[in-house]
Amino acid sequence: MRYLPLTPSDRQAMLAAVGAAAIDDLFVDVPQAARLSGPIAGLPPHASELAVERHMTALARKNLSAGEAPFFIGCGAYRHHVPASVDHIIQRGEFLTAYTPYQPEIAQGTLQVMFEFQTQVARLLGTDVANASMYDGSTACWEAIGMARRITKRAKAILSGGLHPHYVSVANTMAKYTGDQLVTALPELTAEPDTDKLIGMIDDETSCVVVQYPDILGRISDLSDLAAACQAKKALLVAVVTEPVALGAIKSPGEMGADIVVGEGQSIGVGLQFGGPYVGLFGCKEKYVRQMPGRLTGETVDAEGKRGFVLTLSTREQHIRREKATSNICTSSVLCALAWSIHMTLLGEKGLRQLASLNHAGASAAAERLTQVPGVELVTPVFFNEFTLKLSKEARPIVRDLADKGILAGVSLGRLYPGEAALENGLVVAVTETTTAEDVETLAAALEELLA
Amino acid sequence: MSINQSGWRPEMTPERRSGDATYTGNRALMLDEALIFEIGSLDTTGVDFAAAPKAASRLGGLERNRDIGLPGLSEPEAVRHYTRLSRQNYAIDLGLFPLGSCTMKHNPRLNERMARLPGFADIHPLQPVDTVQGAFEVIHQLAHWLVTLTGMHSVAMSPKAGAHGELCGVLAIRAALDAKGEQARKVLLVPESAHGTNPATAAFAGFTVEDIPATEAGRVDLKALEARLGPDVAGVMITNPNTCGLFEPNMKAISDAVHAAGGYVYCDGANFNAIVGRVRPGDLGIDAMHINLHKTFSTPHGGGGPGSGPVVLSEALAPYAPLPFVEKQGDRFELIEEETAGEHHASTFGRMVSFHGQMGMFTRALTYILSHGADGLRQVAEDSVLNANYVLRALEDVLDAPFAKSGPCMHEAIFSDKGLPEGFSTLDIAKGLIDEGFHPMTVYFPLVVHGAMLVEPTETESKAALDQFIGAFRSVAERAKAGDAALKSAPHFAPRRRLDETQAARKPVLAYREPLGAQAAE
Repeated sequence: MRYLPLTPSDRQAMLAAVGAAAIDDLFVDVPQAARLSGPIAGLPPHASELAVERHMTALARKNLSAGEAPFFIGCGAYRHHVPASVDHIIQRGEFLTAYTPYQPEIAQGTLQVMFEFQTQVARLLGTDVANASMYDGSTACWEAIGMARRITKRAKAILSGGLHPHYVSVANTMAKYTGDQLVTALPELTAEPDTDKLIGMIDDETSCVVVQYPDILGRISDLSDLAAACQAKKALLVAVVTEPVALGAIKSPGEMGADIVVGEGQSIGVGLQFGGPYVGLFGCKEKYVRQMPGRLTGETVDAEGKRGFVLTLSTREQHIRREKATSNICTSSVLCALAWSIHMTLLGEKGLRQLASLNHAGASAAAERLTQVPGVELVTPVFFNEFTLKLSKEARPIVRDLADKGILAGVSLGRLYPGEAALENGLVVAVTETTTAEDVETLAAALEELLA
Repeated sequence: MSINQSGWRPEMTPERRSGDATYTGNRALMLDEALIFEIGSLDTTGVDFAAAPKAASRLGGLERNRDIGLPGLSEPEAVRHYTRLSRQNYAIDLGLFPLGSCTMKHNPRLNERMARLPGFADIHPLQPVDTVQGAFEVIHQLAHWLVTLTGMHSVAMSPKAGAHGELCGVLAIRAALDAKGEQARKVLLVPESAHGTNPATAAFAGFTVEDIPATEAGRVDLKALEARLGPDVAGVMITNPNTCGLFEPNMKAISDAVHAAGGYVYCDGANFNAIVGRVRPGDLGIDAMHINLHKTFSTPHGGGGPGSGPVVLSEALAPYAPLPFVEKQGDRFELIEEETAGEHHASTFGRMVSFHGQMGMFTRALTYILSHGADGLRQVAEDSVLNANYVLRALEDVLDAPFAKSGPCMHEAIFSDKGLPEGFSTLDIAKGLIDEGFHPMTVYFPLVVHGAMLVEPTETESKAALDQFIGAFRSVAERAKAGDAALKSAPHFAPRRRLDETQAARKPVLAYREPLGAQAAE
């Protein structure tokens, strides 16, 4: 057992030192009836590093990885190229194997990274402040709804039909227990998102309007009027960004007046990882900071006057406030935030803009090519790197057939909205810098065959 | 103006200048580092891109028309920036990290290598299920181990961290009570010896929280608990082994009493490494328990996350488990989501996260579990308990150990500031340990002990490492007892001296404010 350093003679010496005849004497508080006499039956014994590596590699080979196939899947998680140095740095033991920076004098590395991350996130989202990460976009979204309830003392949250259906599900689950009243809708296969409709729904009971940007179908639209309408009724505008690379090309939600902006940070630095761990982004206007969930790092000085960083405003957190805490967040996603921050630093303003324009140009070219396929129609003329196609047939079986041909096409709306006949021909296609022109050709040719 | 390559220039006070100060503010290998906002620039990038294909813009007039303000660094500058910062961090790879209740043990690099296989790292959560059968098999195998080790009925894999797992568990309790028409049960009893996150979670899920006191011996007061049970009580949230590092010997009696009164038992499983392979929580009558994969099964905690908190459930609560989950149907794995839930999953309380949970952590945890096997995991519990008792007995003569007389501890040993001279506190001991090259233990927690110091050595520490730690701890404690004033200003050898946390909270500075380009204009 290579991870356990005690030798049998160490154990004997230590038992003698603590005055126990046998290890069982240290488990005296466990009632005899509950003690197991030997290793649990039916589970294998320890294995060598080589044996475990073989086992896990065999399991990994059963999956078709994105890099092996023409790949067009998005809807809340995106495949981008992550520079090699990102993974190299996060594997440094001083980052990888550190804990929460409770002793700031010997955790300045993590703390400074968190401070830099907070600043990068706030600037990208267009908010005054941001926290040092949440679990993921979906939990950040329902935390934002709860925060709006605390600030406005109102319970009615209006959720756009363009909000990721899983995010809606998570919010619905929580609303059953927290007293939030959610007004939800389905997306419509139209060019325009439901922004105008949302404006008409805001009333004096509304705590917040939650809108995704770009939305689940890939559409983007100006949020300024919506923000003004919210402000007029003293409701908050919560904007959700699941593809932060987009903000290198288009206006940020904060710039357009959103009060709280949350996001899924996975796109930058983190990788697909089958859904997690990801990194939730959370920014807001400064006046709401004491109602913001999650961990925060603040600048201060040490006893010699040197600049340093500490965890701060932790009186909002659950380990201190117990039942009066502002959120369910205890840990955060700091290692993923580190990866995000390194990738963003490597990109910089210039690189992010280049990446964004590369994504947009690739997606525009792909939309042009795919709509040349008979039976394919572009639903969303305005988009960033993800758009919705309406096929002449139900999309879900088409996606499965394409997978059989080794093509990982987009996400069928039938998978996301089962049983919704009006949506079943919808296919959401994502294109990033990792998609080649050949990939697009391969998809177009296969679609042509399947739709004929 | 920047003094060294990295730009950080300390204030050169006369006192520092006349002492051992240097021109750069650096001291040999102790290198300070400026913020990226001070050393980067808007037109520097560390990434090369191909030219964009020609295509019409479809941004609909929403083009960004002002700078974001994100400084970039070239690749060598970025590698140096983060490497320098990393050296300001203590970590388990550097030495003993005895944070009680946090459980920092060795993180095997095999776990990391396996999690990075493209078949795990480069797959999308919305891929067709036939293209990710191996990933579902990982989830299924890990679930099998967790259920078998705990003696429970089933497991919800999706919670993203320990506190999120607690939420999952109490929502399952709420859903089960609601299904029985027991909406009036709104009170969750939380013993003082439970984790601080427990009451927060209960309140978040809409429960009213009531404390149950601890006995002198640091255990749940069974009589007080029994007296409080009634038709308004939904159940109890208990931590076992508890935050005093003690096993609750009355656990089965507590479960029986709660069940008899119509409630459910939630157990915080953060400390499962103390009993894994030796006790099955299911045998103690527990209905729900989260398992922090990063604690018991060594997934790295990366400076504060990510975590992963699967929740094992009893047969009574299993029908209410959150979606999605993985089911084996013949030779194939199926993902049960909203659309496929069907009748026999109709009682689920819903979805907690957008995708399947912390897949990257599942891969690491399964790798670790297979490396240890059933025999190794049992040895984990034994060694973690032996190491903690070794520390307890070696220090109980020099430091107050409030529960030393109540028998052996489990995986962590608790001390207090009682007996330290006027003016010396737990904090001083902690900062003194930093100068000795150790990360301090958990301080001022649990709250039931005044000036608590909670030491958890874990099973991956050698006897030699423990002996050195014990020697250092003893020396610091003896210095405090002798009134050594130098301890009051420790640490002296860390990258920073004591940081002003009050100022940080009173006037929060949470983002870098200086406009970019100011340095250039200087």
